[in-house]
Amino acid sequence: MAKRYVSIWFPLLVLEGMIRRQPRLKDILFVLAAPDHGRMRITAACAEAQKQGIQAGMAVADARALTAGLQVLDDEPELPLKLLTGLGHWCIRYTPAVAVDPPDGLLLDATGCAHLWGGEAKYIEAIQRRLQAFGYTTCIAMAGAIRAAWAIARYGRKPLMVVPPGKERQAIVSLPPAALRLEASVTERLQKLGLYTIGHFIDMQPSVLRRRFGECLTERMDQALGRKNEPLILLQPVEPFREYLPCLEPVVTRAGIEIALQRLLDALCKRLVKEGKGLRKAMLKAWRVDDDVQQIEIGTHLPSCRPDHLFKLFELKIDRIEPALGIELFILEAPKVERARPSQEALWHYSGLDDKRLAELLDRLTGKLGKGMVRRYLPDEHYWPERSYKEARALTEQPATEWQEDRPRPVRLLRIPEPVEVAAPIPDYPPMHFRYKGQLHTIKKADGPERIEAEWWIAEEEHRDYYIVEDETGARYWIFRLGHYDGSRPHRWYLHGFFP
Amino acid sequence: MLTERENIIAQLRQDILRMQGQRPATDRLAGKLPLGSVLDAFPHSVFPTGAIHEYISATPAAMAATTGFITGILSGLMRNSGPCIWISPDPVLFPPGFSAFDVKPDRILFVQARKERDICWAMETCLQMDGLSAVVGELPGLGFTASRRLQLAVEKSGVTGFVLRPKPRNPHHTACVSRWQVKPMTSYYPDDFPGVGVPCWQVELLKIRGGRPGAWRLAWMNGSFQPLPDTHAVTASSILRKIG
Repeated sequence: MAKRYVSIWFPLLVLEGMIRRQPRLKDILFVLAAPDHGRMRITAACAEAQKQGIQAGMAVADARALTAGLQVLDDEPELPLKLLTGLGHWCIRYTPAVAVDPPDGLLLDATGCAHLWGGEAKYIEAIQRRLQAFGYTTCIAMAGAIRAAWAIARYGRKPLMVVPPGKERQAIVSLPPAALRLEASVTERLQKLGLYTIGHFIDMQPSVLRRRFGECLTERMDQALGRKNEPLILLQPVEPFREYLPCLEPVVTRAGIEIALQRLLDALCKRLVKEGKGLRKAMLKAWRVDDDVQQIEIGTHLPSCRPDHLFKLFELKIDRIEPALGIELFILEAPKVERARPSQEALWHYSGLDDKRLAELLDRLTGKLGKGMVRRYLPDEHYWPERSYKEARALTEQPATEWQEDRPRPVRLLRIPEPVEVAAPIPDYPPMHFRYKGQLHTIKKADGPERIEAEWWIAEEEHRDYYIVEDETGARYWIFRLGHYDGSRPHRWYLHGFFP
Repeated sequence: MLTERENIIAQLRQDILRMQGQRPATDRLAGKLPLGSVLDAFPHSVFPTGAIHEYISATPAAMAATTGFITGILSGLMRNSGPCIWISPDPVLFPPGFSAFDVKPDRILFVQARKERDICWAMETCLQMDGLSAVVGELPGLGFTASRRLQLAVEKSGVTGFVLRPKPRNPHHTACVSRWQVKPMTSYYPDDFPGVGVPCWQVELLKIRGGRPGAWRLAWMNGSFQPLPDTHAVTASSILRKIG
C-alpha cells in the first residue's frame, strides 16, 4: 500500500496553548517573554497585541510603553514540546503511528486509516475540526511523503490540502525553497541566484546541485518526492497499570470480592515485577449492577510489588465496599508507581530488621489509622520549641543536624500552651507559685529565664521567657511568660511542657 | 546431695516461668541496661524482655516522669537493636526531649491513634513483629483480655512492650509481667547547687512475676540510673514536711 502522511502545523501553538490553560487570557492583551541579556524580551505576542504593533523580539519595556494593561507571562522553553506530546497522544485516535515534529507540528502516518473517516479530505477535515474546538489554529496537509506534507502544510496556500498519490512534484514546484527546511545559508544562496521556487531547480542535475549547495539539498528533494524514506520517531502511549476483572455472575459476598482482588493483585504484581517497579498507591473500583462505583484505596511507604502484603492492606478496607445487588466488574489501578529500590538497609542497618518488613508494618498502621498517623521526626535548626523538629518525609531520611542537647527540654509538650495564674516577683525572677487546673503549685526550685525569640522571618509573635520550675512534690514543669513586662496589662504566663 | 536438690529446684523454677509465658533468662542485655540495683528484683537479676510491663501514673507530671524512666530503659534496649514504636492518643510527646536519655529520637516512630480499640490493635500488630526493640502504648483502660492478648503476642516475637496507663480506671488484674509506678521527686544537684538538677524519681515495682517487688530512689545521671545518696532523701523529705 502506498504510504500516506499527514503533517499538522500549529502556527500559534504556544499562544493558543496558554489560552487553553488559562481561559481568562482569551480577552486580554498578553505576551510571553524570556530574559535575554539582562532584559525581558518578547518571544510571542497574541493577535490583538500584534495588531497594536507589538512583535516578537521587542523588549517588554518598549511594548509596555506602546499599550496599557499588557499582561506579561513567563515563557517556558519546554512548553511547545509538552503541548505537542499531549496533542500527539490525543491524535492516536486517528492513527496508531504519531510522531512529534518540533518545534510546532505533528506527523501522522495515516496509511490505511483515512477510509474509516470516509476519505482523505474528510479525514483531515475531521482532525482540523476537533483541534479547532480545542482552540488551535491548524494547517494540515496530506501527501505521500513526509517532507512534501510538511512543506505543503506550512507553505501551501490552503489550510487543508490533500495531495493525491504521485502528485507531490506538482504540489511543491511552486513553493519557495525554504519549504524544504534547508539551512539559512543555502536558502540565501538560492535566493541570490534567482532560484525563488523549488520548480526553478528541481530538474537540475543532482551532481550540479550537490557541488554548489551540498548534499543536503538533493537529499531533501528526494525526500519530498518520496524517493527516499525518512524515519519517524513514534510516540509510545503509556500503558497504565490497570487490571480488569469482569464477573459472569454479580458478586455479592466478601469471599467473592477477596478472590477477585487476589486475582487482580497477582496479575498487576506480575507486571510490576517484570518492569522492576513497585506501587505506592492502588485503587480498587467495583462497578455495581446499578451503575454505582465503589472504591477503596491504599498507600504504601515503600514501593511494593508483593501481592500478599497489598492484599493485607486492602483487606482492612474491604468492608467499606457495599455490593448491594452485586458487582459485575472490578478494576484495579495503580496511579502511583515507582522504581523498586533493591536495597533498603540505609537507616536501620544494625536492627537485624530489613526495612521492607518495617515499611509493611507501617503500611498496615497507616491503612487502618489513617494517613499521617505514623510519624518520624528529625531535628530542625530552630530554638522555638514547636519548630525544633520536623516530620521526616521518608523512612530512610537521615537527620541533617544533631539533636540539641545543650539545653534541657521536656519530654511532653502541650500542643497549645495553657494559661496559668502566677505570682512572680518582677522583673526576672522565677514565679513563686502557679495555679494550673485549679491546683496550686508552690515552686521550690527554678531555672531560667531562657528567652526564645519567635523568628520574625517566620511568624510575628512575642518572645517567650522560659523557666524550668519544680514544685513541692518534685514535679517539673516548663512555664513561660509571653512578651515584656508592661504595666498596663497583666502578665501572661503559660504552662507548656512537663519534664521527666 | 544438697546441690543436686538446689539444681532441681532451680530447674523447676525456670520451667514455671516458661509455662507462665516468660522466656528463660538469657542476658542479651548484659551491661546494656543501666538499671543498677533495680535488676536484683527481677528473676535471675535480668530485666524481662519479651514481656509486657505496665506503668500507672496519676498526674501529668507523673506521666512525664514515667516517660523519662521508660526512655532510660529504651536507651539500653535500642542499643544495637531495632527501632521503637510509640503509640499514643495525642501528639504530645516532644522528640527533642528524648535525646537527653541517650536515645536518638529519629529512631522512634510515633503512631497516633485516637480510639482505645485502635491503640490496642496497633500495639498488638507491632508487638507481633520481631526485630523491633520495643513498643510503647498509652492505654488507660487496659483490661485483662487485652493484656493477655498483648502478652501472647510478645511471647512469640520477643519484643518488649510497655503500657503506660494515665489515671487507670481499673488498676487491678492484668496479665502483665510487672507493674510499676514512677513518681517525680525533688531533683538532685551534687554539692547542693541551686536550681533544678538531674531528674529524680521514686520508682516502685508493685508487682513482678517471679521476682521481689521493691521501691527505689533513682536519678538519671551520666547516661544511667543511679541510686540517690541518702542525704538527698533527707532534704527532700524535710521540704515535704515543711509544706505539709
